[in-house]
Amino acid sequence: MTWAAVLVTAAGCYLLKLAGLSVPPKVLDHPVVERVADLLPVALLAALVAVQAVASGTHLHLDARLVGLGVAVVALLLRAPFLVVVVAAATATALVRLTLG
Amino acid sequence: MSSPPFPAPDREPPHAPDGPDRHRAIVRDGLAVGVATGAYGISFGAVSVAAGLSVAQTCALSLLVFTGASQFALVGVLASGGAPFAGAATALLLGSRNTLYGLRLAPLLGLTGGRRTAAAHLVIDESTAMAVNRETREAARVGFLATGLAVFVLWNLATFGGALAGQSLGDPRTYGLDAAVAAAFLALLWPRLHDARNRVVAVLGAALALGVVPVAPAGVPVLAAGAVALVAGVLTRGADPTEYPSRDDLPGGGEHR
Repeated sequence: MTWAAVLVTAAGCYLLKLAGLSVPPKVLDHPVVERVADLLPVALLAALVAVQAVASGTHLHLDARLVGLGVAVVALLLRAPFLVVVVAAATATALVRLTLG
Repeated sequence: MSSPPFPAPDREPPHAPDGPDRHRAIVRDGLAVGVATGAYGISFGAVSVAAGLSVAQTCALSLLVFTGASQFALVGVLASGGAPFAGAATALLLGSRNTLYGLRLAPLLGLTGGRRTAAAHLVIDESTAMAVNRETREAARVGFLATGLAVFVLWNLATFGGALAGQSLGDPRTYGLDAAVAAAFLALLWPRLHDARNRVVAVLGAALALGVVPVAPAGVPVLAAGAVALVAGVLTRGADPTEYPSRDDLPGGGEHR
């Protein structure tokens, strides 16, 4: 099943890219289509942040991940590069778990 | 020893916007973006393997999907116990922004036939940002190709390295890799939060997803948040100022991405 998801995603993402380069601009040149496509990554990424930070299966669970996310916010405010943001969040979360068991 | 305090003012001639020197500079910028993006490929590789994907599946994602946010999304949904289909659907919704990039790039690059088919794989945030706002078609092509190829090579090498490293780790939670995934999504979202409407959509999307968590299987809450984008896109007016990624939002191209 995982391989199927990988291959479906690969084919779909490629076709989405090719469509943009190939279709006449008029086909998708509608302000609503453009706005929805602009806003989709915003809504989805925000949802992914939230779910990844506080959901465990079908429960909401506040734990050390929130500390990591807070550290990530600070790192982003300090304009740290991507890898630093991610590593800082992981390290902070790991340290909290190590300390509090 | 006696170098002047400032670089000579004629080092970059103002009236040679498209000469070989200019192209070399664009290629250099593309490489810098590739190196910086590759660095985050390491985190993708490690996170993907920690989420339960094999090294081969992880490398296949970077080779074949080759668009970071979608790859992280698929892996994130699978890691949270979501169905593979829900993960793929989220990844595809995120990948739809590359279609808009392609629409913008098509007249700039002027590619047809086989070259267009091959170039399509390289349509990502980074290559788009380094191609738009160039003075000439030639400069746009150089920016697009140099950045796209540099990111492709380094992203894939870094993914492989990260996947091998991730394999040698034990329980990913011990290392806080679950929080690392949340941080990665936040870093991808961050440059889009300059805009007030985007901030509202982000808060509503996150709130809706969390509201759905208790009543739906994993993976569905994130997809549900897509409805916020749909409703906001229909109800609001005016173009989004963050429609296309800016060079300043790229790693190595200015600030973080």
